[in-house]
Amino acid sequence: MELANEQLVHMFEQMTRIREFDERAARLMEQARIHGSVHLYCGEEAVGVGVCEALQPDDYITSTHRGHGHLIAKGGDPKRMFAELFAKSNGYNGGKGGSMHIAALDLGMIGANGIVAAGAPIALGVSFASAYREDGRVTVCFFGDGATNEGAFHEAVNMASVLKAPIVFVCENNLYGEWSPIAGTTSVSDIADRATGYGIPGVIVDGMDIMAVHEAASEAIARARRGEGPTLLECKTYRFYDHVGRDFGMLDRDEEEVASWRARDPILLWRKELAERGVLSAAEADAITGRIGQEMEDAIEFAAGSPDPVPEDLYRDVYTETGAAR
Amino acid sequence: MSEKNMTVAVAEALDQEMDRDPDVFVAGEDVRVGGPFGTDAGLHQKYGDKRVVNTAISELALTGIGVGAAAVGLRPVIEIMIMDFVCVAMDQIVNQMAKMKYMLGGQPTLPIVLTTHAGIDSSSAAQHSGTLEAWFCHVPGLKVVMPSNAYDAKGLLIASIRDDNPVIFISNKRCLQTSTEVPDVPYEVPLGVADVKREGDDVTIVATGRMVIDALEAAEQLAAEGVSAEVIDPRTLSPLDTDTIIRSVQKTNRAVVAQEAVQFCGLGAEIAATISDQAFDFLDAPVKRVGAPFTPVPFAPVLEDIYLPDTKAILAAVREVIPA
Repeated sequence: MELANEQLVHMFEQMTRIREFDERAARLMEQARIHGSVHLYCGEEAVGVGVCEALQPDDYITSTHRGHGHLIAKGGDPKRMFAELFAKSNGYNGGKGGSMHIAALDLGMIGANGIVAAGAPIALGVSFASAYREDGRVTVCFFGDGATNEGAFHEAVNMASVLKAPIVFVCENNLYGEWSPIAGTTSVSDIADRATGYGIPGVIVDGMDIMAVHEAASEAIARARRGEGPTLLECKTYRFYDHVGRDFGMLDRDEEEVASWRARDPILLWRKELAERGVLSAAEADAITGRIGQEMEDAIEFAAGSPDPVPEDLYRDVYTETGAAR
Repeated sequence: MSEKNMTVAVAEALDQEMDRDPDVFVAGEDVRVGGPFGTDAGLHQKYGDKRVVNTAISELALTGIGVGAAAVGLRPVIEIMIMDFVCVAMDQIVNQMAKMKYMLGGQPTLPIVLTTHAGIDSSSAAQHSGTLEAWFCHVPGLKVVMPSNAYDAKGLLIASIRDDNPVIFISNKRCLQTSTEVPDVPYEVPLGVADVKREGDDVTIVATGRMVIDALEAAEQLAAEGVSAEVIDPRTLSPLDTDTIIRSVQKTNRAVVAQEAVQFCGLGAEIAATISDQAFDFLDAPVKRVGAPFTPVPFAPVLEDIYLPDTKAILAAVREVIPA
C-alpha cells in the first residue's frame, strides 16, 4: 500500500508529538509539578502511531498504564492531556483519572488502565458491540508482554477467537514486565507463539520500524474488518526509560542492551528514511520538532493555568443520574 | 396475572426487555440451554446466538464483554452462574465496571446488569453456596439488588436493565423456587425502595433474600403469641432505603436484622449501625443481628442445618429484644 507523502510526514509528527509530550511529562513529574506517576512511552512510538495510522477515526482502541502514546496516536489533544496530568477540571477525565486512566471516548480511546491486561476483556466487549451492531468498526487492544501472563489476556483472546470478533491484539514486547526481564517471567520469548493456542495468526514485526508496523497492522485490521477474526501482532520494541518515570532507581539493564536499542530509535530511523526518500529534509524535520516542542510548552502553560476540580466534583459521576425514563 | 415462581419471573423479565430494546443482550455460561436454574429458559430459541451469547467458562472475559459493550452503548445482561464465581471476575467488576465512569470523568454510561445465583441449596458446599452481597455494597459505582419473591424479581430486573448504571442482581436459590402472583405485562419495581412485607407494631425485622421468607414465618408465629412484628425487605441493598427502616423502628422501638450471609462485616452490621445512629433515642433494646457463623459453608447436611440462619434464629433474636 502506497501512503501519501503527507501521511508519511504526519507519522513523523505524531511520533515526535508523543516523544516531546512524554519527555516533558517526565520532567514535570520529577519537578513534582504534576501529581502521581507517569509511565513513559518513549522508544515505543512506532507501535502506537504505526497501528493507529492504519485505523479509521471511528475505530476503537484500548490502552495500558503506559497510555499517553496511544491517546496521542488516536488524535488526543496535548492540552487536555497535560490538563489531566495536572489534575485540572478540563483534563480528559476531569482531573479524576490522571495519567494511568486517561481516556477519550469521543476519539474511540476507551481508556488507559491501571490493571495489567484489564483492557483485553474490555476490548473484547467493545469489538463484540461492533459485531452486534454490524457497524464495521475494528478494536485494537494494546498491551505489553507482561500482560500476556495474566488470565484476563488468555480468557479474552480465546473468547475473541471463538466469536471471530473484529479485534487486533497488539503486543508491545519491550522485554520487561515492570522491572523483571521477560526471560524470568514468560514461558516463550516470542509472544506471537501464544496465538497458536487460540487458533489465530501470530505475527512478529520490528516495532522500531513504523512502516513494518503499519503494514502488518493494516493486514490484521483488514482481516478483522472482513469478519475473519483476531490477530496477535507482536511488535518487538524497547522502553527507553524506567517502568515509572525516567529513572525510578530499580531497573537493572545492561548498558549495551540499552545503547543497541537506542541506536534504533524509531523516530531517528523514520527521519532518516524520510530524508532518503526525499520526503522530508533534515531542516524540515528539525522545524517540525521545534514547532511540536513549542506546541507542548503551550499545552503545559494551558494546563498549569486551568481550573482545579471543585469540591462537589468529589461526588459527581459515581453514578449516572438518568435511565429510569428510558 | 398468574402465579409464577421467581425463575419464571426472571426469564419473563429478560424476554420482555429483549423484546422491547434491541440493545439488550444476555451473555453467560450455558445460557443457550436456559442456564442451570432455568432463568434463561426460551431466550435462545427466540433471540438466537447473536443476542443470547453462550460464552466459555471465562468469567473475567464474560464480564469484560459487558463492560466494553456497555461503554459503547449496548445494554448487556451478564450472567455469572453461581455467586462464588464472581471471584474470578472481580477485577472487571470492581476495578473496571464500578470505577470506570468516575475515573474517566463521567465519560461512559455503563448500563450493565450482572445477574447471579446465590445462597445455600442442599449441600452445594463452600464454593457454590455463597451470599456475597456485602462485598459489592462496599463498592461505590455499583447498585446491588436482591429480591425475595417473584413479583419483586421481575419488576426489579426490568428496572435494573433500564437503569444506566452497573447493577449486581442477586437471585437467591431458595427464593427462585417460590411463587407469587406476577403480572404478565412488563412493570418496574423502582430501585432503592424498600417494601414493608408485613406491618406490625412491636418489633421491626429487616430481612434480605431468603431471610424474608423466614422472617414472615417468624412474624406469623409471633402473632400467635400476641407479638406484632413488622417485616421490611430492602430489596435494593445499595442504594439502601434507610428512611423506611428508620420510620419503622421509630414506631416499633425494637429491631432485628437478618441475613443469610456471614454475620461479621455483613450488610446487617451497616443496617444496625444506621438504626443506632439515626434512631438511638427510639430504641428500647439493642439491635440484634441474625447471620451465618464465621465459617465457610459446610457440606454435611447436619452441619449445613446448623450453619444456615433460619426462622428459629430470628425468633430467638426477637425474644432477646422483647423480654417476656
